[in-house]
Amino acid sequence: MRFGVVVFPGSNCDHDCFHVIQKVLQQPVQFIWYAAGRFPKVDCLILPGGFSYGDYLRTGAIARFSPVMEMVRRQAERGGAVIGICNGFQILLEAGLLPGAMRRNRDLTFICKYVHLRVDSNLTPFTRRIPQGRILRIPIAHGEGNYYCDRQTLARLKAEKRIVFRYCTAQGQTSPDANPNGSLENIAGICNARGNVLGMMPHPERCMEQGMGSTDGCELFLSLLSAARSALSA
Amino acid sequence: MKRGKLLPVADPKDPEITPKLVKEHGLTPREYSTINKILGRQPTYTELGIFSVMWSEHCSYKNSRPVLRQLPTQGPRVIQGPGENAGVMDIGGGRAVCFKVESHNHPSAIEPYQGAATGVGGILRDIFTMGARPVACLDSLRFGKLNHLRARRHFTGVVAGIAGYGNCIGVPTIGGEVMFDDTYLDNCLVNVMAVGFMRHKHLTLGRAHGVGNRVIYIGATTGRDGIHGATFASEELSEEAEERRSAVQVADPFMEKLLLEATLELIRGGHLVGIQDMGAAGLSCSTSEMAARGHTGIDIELAHVPQRESGMTPYEIMLSESQERMLLIAKPGQEKAVKRILKKWHLHAADIGCVTKDGLVRVRYHGQVVAEMPAGALADTKFPGYPTYHRPARRPAYLDKVKTFPAEFQSREPDLENALLRLLASQNLCSKRYIWQQYDHMVRTNTLLLPGAGAAVLRVKHTKKAVAVAMDGNNRYTYLDPHLGGRIAVAEAARNVAVTGALPIGVTNCLNFGNPMDPEIFWQFKQAVKGMAEACRALNLPVTGGNVSLYNESPAGAVDPTPIVGVVGLLEDHALMVTPWFKTSGDVIVLLGKTHDELGGSSWLYELQGIKAGKPPVLNLKPESALQKVLVQAAGLGLLRSAQDCSDGGLAVAAAECTFLGRTAGQVLMGAELNLGTGLSDTSLLFSESQSRVLASVSPPDFLRLVDLCRSKGLDLIEVGRVGGKFLRVYHHGRPLLEQKTGDLYSAWKNGLAAYV
Repeated sequence: MRFGVVVFPGSNCDHDCFHVIQKVLQQPVQFIWYAAGRFPKVDCLILPGGFSYGDYLRTGAIARFSPVMEMVRRQAERGGAVIGICNGFQILLEAGLLPGAMRRNRDLTFICKYVHLRVDSNLTPFTRRIPQGRILRIPIAHGEGNYYCDRQTLARLKAEKRIVFRYCTAQGQTSPDANPNGSLENIAGICNARGNVLGMMPHPERCMEQGMGSTDGCELFLSLLSAARSALSA
Repeated sequence: MKRGKLLPVADPKDPEITPKLVKEHGLTPREYSTINKILGRQPTYTELGIFSVMWSEHCSYKNSRPVLRQLPTQGPRVIQGPGENAGVMDIGGGRAVCFKVESHNHPSAIEPYQGAATGVGGILRDIFTMGARPVACLDSLRFGKLNHLRARRHFTGVVAGIAGYGNCIGVPTIGGEVMFDDTYLDNCLVNVMAVGFMRHKHLTLGRAHGVGNRVIYIGATTGRDGIHGATFASEELSEEAEERRSAVQVADPFMEKLLLEATLELIRGGHLVGIQDMGAAGLSCSTSEMAARGHTGIDIELAHVPQRESGMTPYEIMLSESQERMLLIAKPGQEKAVKRILKKWHLHAADIGCVTKDGLVRVRYHGQVVAEMPAGALADTKFPGYPTYHRPARRPAYLDKVKTFPAEFQSREPDLENALLRLLASQNLCSKRYIWQQYDHMVRTNTLLLPGAGAAVLRVKHTKKAVAVAMDGNNRYTYLDPHLGGRIAVAEAARNVAVTGALPIGVTNCLNFGNPMDPEIFWQFKQAVKGMAEACRALNLPVTGGNVSLYNESPAGAVDPTPIVGVVGLLEDHALMVTPWFKTSGDVIVLLGKTHDELGGSSWLYELQGIKAGKPPVLNLKPESALQKVLVQAAGLGLLRSAQDCSDGGLAVAAAECTFLGRTAGQVLMGAELNLGTGLSDTSLLFSESQSRVLASVSPPDFLRLVDLCRSKGLDLIEVGRVGGKFLRVYHHGRPLLEQKTGDLYSAWKNGLAAYV
């Protein structure tokens, strides 16, 4: 499976994503410069975390105008996999590829820590191998991860099973205590209607190797690889 | 052209140089007359400004340099020692670690957010100009007690500033330490250490070589911010300091991120001869230092310098400390490639001059020479007339008053359990999660040990190695005995590295003291450096650079002498890293080192009795060195299940920490039972801060091997108990002293700082 990691000015997790795809998943991967109008076809595009353009205005608000976003949009329309992690998620929201918006964290501070996530939908290629209800331990690191959307959108997300991850306790309760940033209904990640575009605040690429505190991040990518394999054989 | 024809012309609009103006520039009449002698004429206003910043203590180390000579700087691993932007040490396999610490105390005291943020930015530039990729920051912070509004303002602002900058630029802040003491109420301390990884072949120095090579300015535009920042750092904080806000620069981490990526691309592409960041003293410092180190000259045209304000004078352009700027010397023929890379990263690149052979820094403004000075006079300590002072030192009178503390305090705290809980919940010993949770401490995915332990550990990707880093410096010890405090600062930081199993290899230091003109302050400084030098020699640790921050005074007086030491260590196999928490029921707990009756300067005395007095714990360098060797060897053999330094709060606090520190890494609480037989009082047994001690646990089959190893190194080891259960129990000769649920210890500790802010 060919991966592309988009590099915006201010992307910080681009090298981390590149590293795990190359070294852990052992898949071909290339960086894609944000100004690129076109690039070789990839099967999965990653919009990594960081502070694109310094996030001085609003997270992702400038990056969405980058030339590369046109290609991201086409990749999504074509049904190719797109995953936005942290700042990448914020950019996907700003670009309208996913519904809703981000607000500053409830406590108004940046938060970096390990959290528990409950997998609430395995209808996406990123989670199809993970049993629904499974609890993953994955770190977050953001200042604006307080997800919000209007009531109709929320109802639609729920009806279409597009809420992919929720913050929860170690036992799987989505209680207010387990919500690190005030996000609506403990939402940590959502996907588009077709399921091929995923946005999530936690960083799976940070927990895919021994010594990194958890290897639960592998689950998403192993799902994606198995989805790609079965698509090929289908 | 002959030199005589290029005499700089004073602008008629420049102020007249009077003794008053010279004084305002922080120069003494003697220094001014030396400048006249060096130039063979009166300086222009611009030249006066340049000399003023370059001869400030911040840039010249004129008061501290003779003392700093005691510190060892050589060693087989040293690739770059002091005198460059940062130190570089070999870690094998063609790779190196680059590191340095720097202070940003005064700016942070006045404008906490921006002061701390620009402190982070400044030290990161020092790392990547050497050709290293910054991989971690650590901070050593000092504030007044948090019950004061001012301390809370400093504290929350500084932490937010470090977070704002470090998170945005994508360098993890993975460790450090903080202490709260009213000595820092007006003058907080913000010492930032940065660590970078590099390959030897990418080492790049701040030197101007090759006559005719182009001098290129890159990065942010030059504004009026930060003018006289270096001079400002070299005087005491006064009542009017608030008005000096304009001497504090404004941070732009996004700009620096671009600068970082562009610089590394330029260096790795082999396009540069030399590069230097523009930090303190801006363009003045970068031009004169690069020329002085390269034994060349530099000729620049200020009209080509990108400016963010109109009407800036040559004086202002030369002295501006606008952040996120660099000066580089391109290899001949590479100018186009340099411009292409800078354009890619949306950075300004301005060709502002060239390298010359006459040894002069020549500054033009629209063709007119406005300053022309020997580069050496500004930046080479060996240049005739360059200021160096041997200040008088006198033992401070206060030392006699604080030598002892009344013996009755020993028996004042009959409730030992309560004492332990109060210590664990105190500002200085409680969990610092409130701070490090605001820092991205995982980006770049090298963090092997999450914050909260004594050291941070980073893996070196593509190898089995890891690098451990710790910062330490106990102001109470240094206040009570500067010599001993200096020794302990080095030993403790190295010990915190060694408990992870890493071999300590190098030191950087940040020396925070008061006004060196005061003989008592200068005595503290000399004594502390002497102690540090002794410890560095005994532990085989070269100092590869650092920073001196003097004039840490407010109208209320000088801060406690505070030498902060950063130690870097190398772990050959990161799978053998040792963590501080107890892991397995039934493991044997051992205490390496000896406990003495040493409560002087202790946390117990300070936090619970409110007293800063007594004789700090003695530090003998032989047992310390033996201890550290045992730790590294035992870790290499995989003997240690856990190891934790016994320092602030003594054995009781160390033992409590071992029961709950694993929580951060998702581990369960793990109790323990300890029984010691000593001739000490109960209070001393639990809270004495005797040095060179480590509390470790080993699996029963490995116990005897550890005993043998300690014996072969002549190190004291006593078996003190077993891991297991839900309680921490401590007995003295079989008599129960403490019995606490591990959950209660953890609760007392974990909410920590959040309760104070």
